[in-house]
Amino acid sequence: MTQGTIFKIKKYALHDGPGIRTTVFFKGCPLSCRWCHNPEGLDPEPQTMSRRASSGEIDETVGIVLGVDDLIKEIEKDVLFYDESGGGATFSGGEPLAQPQFLEAVLAACNHLEIHAALDTSGFAPVAVLDRILPRLQLVLFDLKVMDEKQHRRYTGVSNRTVLENLTRIADSRTPVRIRVPLIPGITDGSANIAEIIRFACTLKTVQGVDLLPFHRIGGEKYRRLGMTDTMAETAPPMTERVAAIKHRFESAGWTVSIGG
Amino acid sequence: MNERINRLRIQSLAAVPSLSEERARLLTDFYKSGVARTEPIPVQRAMAFATIMENKTIYIGPDELIVGERGPSPKATPTYPEVCIHSQADLDIISGREKVAFLVDESVQQVYREEIIPFWQGHTIREKLFSHLPELWKEAYAAGIFTEFQEQRSPGHTACGNNIYQKGFLDLKAEIRDAMDRLDFFNDRDAMDKKSQLMAMAIAADGLIVFARRHADALLLMAESVSDPDRKAELMQMAAICRRVPAHAPQTFWEALQTYWFVHVGVITELNPWDAFNPGRLDQHLYPFYEKDLAEGRLTREQAKELLCAFWIKFNNHPAPPKTGVTAKESNTYVDFALINVGGLKANGSDAVNDLSYLILDVIEEMRLLQPSSMVQLSKKNPDRFIRRALKIVKTGFGQPSIFNTDAIVQELVRQGKTVQDAREGGASGCVEAGAFGREAYFLTGYFNLPKLLELTLNNGVDPRTGSQLGPATGKPSEFNRFEDLFDAWTRQLNHFIDIKIRGNNVIEQINARHMPVPFLSLLIDDCIEAGRDYNAGGARYNTSYIQGVGLGSITDALTALKVHVFDRKTITVDGFIKILSENFEGHDDFRRLLLDDTPKYGNDDDAADDIMQMVFEAYYDAVNGRPNTRGGVHRINLLPTTCHVYFGSVIGALPDGRQSGIPLSEGISPVQGADRNGPTAVTRSAAKIDHIRTGGTLLNQKFLPQVLADETGITKLAQLVRTYFRMDGHHIQFNVVDGDTLRRAKSYPDDYRDLIVRVAGYSDYFVDLTEDLQDEIIRRTEHEVF
Repeated sequence: MTQGTIFKIKKYALHDGPGIRTTVFFKGCPLSCRWCHNPEGLDPEPQTMSRRASSGEIDETVGIVLGVDDLIKEIEKDVLFYDESGGGATFSGGEPLAQPQFLEAVLAACNHLEIHAALDTSGFAPVAVLDRILPRLQLVLFDLKVMDEKQHRRYTGVSNRTVLENLTRIADSRTPVRIRVPLIPGITDGSANIAEIIRFACTLKTVQGVDLLPFHRIGGEKYRRLGMTDTMAETAPPMTERVAAIKHRFESAGWTVSIGG
Repeated sequence: MNERINRLRIQSLAAVPSLSEERARLLTDFYKSGVARTEPIPVQRAMAFATIMENKTIYIGPDELIVGERGPSPKATPTYPEVCIHSQADLDIISGREKVAFLVDESVQQVYREEIIPFWQGHTIREKLFSHLPELWKEAYAAGIFTEFQEQRSPGHTACGNNIYQKGFLDLKAEIRDAMDRLDFFNDRDAMDKKSQLMAMAIAADGLIVFARRHADALLLMAESVSDPDRKAELMQMAAICRRVPAHAPQTFWEALQTYWFVHVGVITELNPWDAFNPGRLDQHLYPFYEKDLAEGRLTREQAKELLCAFWIKFNNHPAPPKTGVTAKESNTYVDFALINVGGLKANGSDAVNDLSYLILDVIEEMRLLQPSSMVQLSKKNPDRFIRRALKIVKTGFGQPSIFNTDAIVQELVRQGKTVQDAREGGASGCVEAGAFGREAYFLTGYFNLPKLLELTLNNGVDPRTGSQLGPATGKPSEFNRFEDLFDAWTRQLNHFIDIKIRGNNVIEQINARHMPVPFLSLLIDDCIEAGRDYNAGGARYNTSYIQGVGLGSITDALTALKVHVFDRKTITVDGFIKILSENFEGHDDFRRLLLDDTPKYGNDDDAADDIMQMVFEAYYDAVNGRPNTRGGVHRINLLPTTCHVYFGSVIGALPDGRQSGIPLSEGISPVQGADRNGPTAVTRSAAKIDHIRTGGTLLNQKFLPQVLADETGITKLAQLVRTYFRMDGHHIQFNVVDGDTLRRAKSYPDDYRDLIVRVAGYSDYFVDLTEDLQDEIIRRTEHEVF
């Protein structure tokens, strides 16, 4: 029985693809982006996280190990909502591609049940894994962060060579893609990086649109609750004007752009 | 809105609710005079009504387009001493209380002291009820097992149909004459009673016609003294309207609105029926007039809107008559629940949404008034544009309109035996109650405290608040071997108290039928005239009595906690659990945390809890549904609380779901506050496990922040959520778009608000999980967005 580790199932997810969706957050990620707003998704094992309650701070476990059937049962509960809205399930994380057997089995079940399946990914995975997963997806939400390889390595801990190759591969496979660009002040939102992203995205055949994800500080509290250090604690969200200007640049390249997905 | 409407609106908002002694004085003088002493009761009541309508002060405000007030001025509220007399002490409470107060000036006090109280004390319906109700009923009532709607107010609970737009009151009088001619004095031993009823209806019809003509006279007089030629012409036109309607059927949009309004004032002056009265399917009734006036150039869309706004303001001028005691606790509000229905289906089953439906939605949005309440009826046949327009109003955050499932309402009514056409012309009135508008008397008889019965069950029938044996001894909990034994004991408590309640209902119905007929209201509801029978006595085509279950979420979670911890996991013995409850969880924080955090809860699409909810529902349904009332109909259930979940919570100690003593119960069919943690799809899925079609209405509240609905996509996805809930036969849903105060409470009491979702910069999350500074930021932003 294939099992996987997830840290959250979010129902009525509105920003992770079309319609009303259930987003499943896989636990564990090979990247370590400095701005990560889901730090509880980094460690592949269940871990302790505190929570504020009326009676004070209490500890709880974040992350559960579960089988494919249990996860599918949960996803299937909202199938009428997907039908009504053109929604489905989105697999996010963490990095879902880091649990390939589990992901593949879950996707196979979604395909069988005719549930629209989307993958929200950093794109960092072996080609062989991607090739197994791709045919089972109706949509990929692909994070493009930093185009300069050195900078990418610096801020995410890994090279972006595989990432970019994989993105090209996805587009070549005719799978619809939405490009998601986190706007991290001073890291990804520079003019040169944005220009590079646009240039690269223009070479892809199946980009349906672009989602800009402005940095926010929701993650900050989670670092504290996990006992981790938030290196971005001093960073402010990008100015509205800056976000609007970047949105305009992408729109000028011909894409429809949403802020927040 | 234009300047005139703005002035009228501000005037209505600024008017302070006050008590008026005028109606009580006119009524007392009438009965004292003895003119009707020898008449049958219905005729006495009709003559009293006509006397009030012939003599009460006529109020016409400077800017008004629709005229007629229940009191001598806006928000001056009459009393109904024949139903329930306010004592000197009541008047002090009514004027002095912090919430829902009414100004009572010294002259009112004096008239009450010297005339009203001495005349009515000992002769009111309320006193009659209590003298006939059994001790068991009174004990259960005092303990907070149930409330009684008819102890301070007349039944009412209905909505107007289409008749008054087709027939003038002179036409109704002609029908009355025909009905009298048909009376069979050879074979029908009730013929004489019917004759009295019909005579009474005719007198009541004249009362309203006179009331309208007095307005016509006053308007003409006013026109003479006004110098502004526009207003003069307007007043002349209004005089002509009041001369025509309601004696004759209305011919124009304006006349139709004025007709309804006179009728409304008539109903709420005759007595103090629950939910005031309600124009029901307003867009349907008015549309033919609107269409014709537009086509013939008599009216523009702007003018129609102005008239509708003026009409809206009239409702706001009429707070619910003051309530005291338990009745005030169960319905603690100025709102009198006139609920205007928009949209839905036509009698032939086709889409009823029209241009006027949208215009009315514009009016709702602009008026932003507490009254009238408004709702949209949403059928699968209605276009998405309609629900999206309604949700854009919801987003502005004043709780209106609520959203109802027409297709479910039709099925509910048909299941109860109504024709499909009557069902389609019906809707929801009051809070969420399904009814065949213009054809049904569907009395709400009282709220029923489902969780309190568990407290009795756990104490072998003893009420721990008083130590007295209130319910039957259903066994020592320690001797229950299986959860089913416990549930069975609870069901026996339930059946015991439902029996007491229904017995009381039938006594009360008969008292109202015999002693407090409503000949004026009877004119308006089919088939009272044809049957020669009063509305309160079963004259309507359909006659239903409801008992409204309260605390479904609380009882479900409490039973689930007992099942899980006592019987399944064996975390604790039942006696140990009861001891902790008696100590209100003091010193048992860890156990309470286990109950709050690691126990299945209704509202999460978790069958472990939802299965028990279904057991509770079936038990309640079986106890009530189909039990006969005395008006030729039967009892049904619905699930709504108004504000009664607060009162019912105050009479219950700690419950096994972790709720502490005295805290409000869950409301409607909503989950316990903060117990739903999987978002709105899970809540609606859990709620849809109720068989709504076997109820006469359920109420589901959802909290949202305005940011969730900020953009078109948010609106669309909310509309899809509603559509999906309705596909699953959900009856009603309303969205509480929360304000800054709620957020501040959520910050202080995170456990109670774990379900509150906020949208932050293109990203949604649970509010209680945010940092303090982010919470503060959202609080500030929310307030900024709301105001």
